[in-house]
Amino acid sequence: MYEQISSNKRRSALLILGFALLVALIVVAINFLIGGGVVGFVLAAAIAIALSFGSYYNSDKVALSMSKAQPADPHTYARLHNLVEGLTIASGLPKPRLYVIQDDAPNAFATGRNPKHAAIAVTTGLLEKMNRVELEGVLAHELSHIKNYDVLVMTLAVTMVGIIALISDFFLRFMFWGGGRRNNDQGNNPFGIVLALLGVVLLIFGPIIASVMKFAVSRQREYLADSTGVSLTRYPPGLISALKKLKEDSTVIRSASKATAHLWIEEPLDTETQKVGVRVNRLFASHPPLDERIAALEAM
Amino acid sequence: MSPDFRRRVRRLLAVVPLLIILGIIVLVGIIFVFVYNGLVQARNRIDNAWSQIDVQLQRRHDLIPNLVETVKGYAAHERQTLEAVVAARNQAVQAQGPAAQGQAENVLTGALRQLFAVAEAYPDLKANQNFLNLQEELTSSEDRVAYARQFYNDSVLKYNNKIQSIPANLVAGMFGFAEREYFEGEDTARDVPNVQF
Repeated sequence: MYEQISSNKRRSALLILGFALLVALIVVAINFLIGGGVVGFVLAAAIAIALSFGSYYNSDKVALSMSKAQPADPHTYARLHNLVEGLTIASGLPKPRLYVIQDDAPNAFATGRNPKHAAIAVTTGLLEKMNRVELEGVLAHELSHIKNYDVLVMTLAVTMVGIIALISDFFLRFMFWGGGRRNNDQGNNPFGIVLALLGVVLLIFGPIIASVMKFAVSRQREYLADSTGVSLTRYPPGLISALKKLKEDSTVIRSASKATAHLWIEEPLDTETQKVGVRVNRLFASHPPLDERIAALEAM
Repeated sequence: MSPDFRRRVRRLLAVVPLLIILGIIVLVGIIFVFVYNGLVQARNRIDNAWSQIDVQLQRRHDLIPNLVETVKGYAAHERQTLEAVVAARNQAVQAQGPAAQGQAENVLTGALRQLFAVAEAYPDLKANQNFLNLQEELTSSEDRVAYARQFYNDSVLKYNNKIQSIPANLVAGMFGFAEREYFEGEDTARDVPNVQF
């Protein structure tokens, strides 16, 4: 377990580093294309560093607002608060902030950069459809993501993918509409042309590279969170029955996008039906199939 | 090379083993400090976990007078059941030591279960928002007691593992870090008879 946690911390550091590098490369590429000089380089470095720090400190806010989560009122959602408080006693963690998403699809996710700055969001559908024991199983799973520092890796990935996609998108459009004023020297210099071409390629592939980085968040983290969660509740049937309910439920969550897919306890996108788009979803599924997770829990 | 220089080099070389020994001593000292501090932390966590159990029990006891009052309003003639709960609660508050405490808590849980069984016969009571809230609070406070005990046992396990393994066992032996006992009894962790609704 402790090895997993430190490996997650290492992974996050690498992710931030890789992200900073990628952003720097993209900005340098833009710099070459529109001809900015030394000032541009300094600017590139500054932007990359600022964005990396920004995403480290604000990643949870991005994930929460992307899914339209509202703070859970302790009075209205007494059961939610009570269950999480119980689990924090069992795990010795501080209590995370709790959020509710108005959505009929039962699902939940955890976010934050460390246990002290963590949040758990659940949908109203989850609160309605799960009984007490099942809800506790799901919350223990989410709390385990916090305990294992999965949240940091996962949430960073969300923010970074978003930012990189945004930057390259913006500048591709910018170039397309001929907004750049080209440097004359660069046009005559073959080296410059190669760099410019590389720049365009990087701008196009940047978002793809970013999504590959997202796969640093592997599906096995879900298995680990399942088993850590059960080590908190000491009651596997709770989570098993919750996962079975999730499997039977076919409501697809509205506020989930591909960017946030890997945060949720269950794959929020449609992977069951046979439409073409659905098959692509399954190929890039961020979660292992529920059947396999249930089987792993039943074997415990 | 002057003989003077050679002499100086020789004198310098003579110091090297001394420096190595000194380095090792400093290193051992640093490791020692870290191990010792780790043990102190683990031991304090156990004490904290133990007091956490008391905090949660206290919380549970504090809920009961309110519950009794609410039930009285709807089912005043279930006096026997209500008195049993109050008596069990007072016993639990006064209980000293883990064994007596565990026993008293069990009696209290039994009395509460009886009370909630009786409440089934009163639809008005069952629909009362205050009663529902209290039910939720009592259930979760029982969970908390169980979890606090579980965390205590987990902390003891970690601490005992530590003081039995190399190199902490050496430090533990020197400074009298003794093994701690687990919380045991019929009602550890999940075995707490939950009030079922």
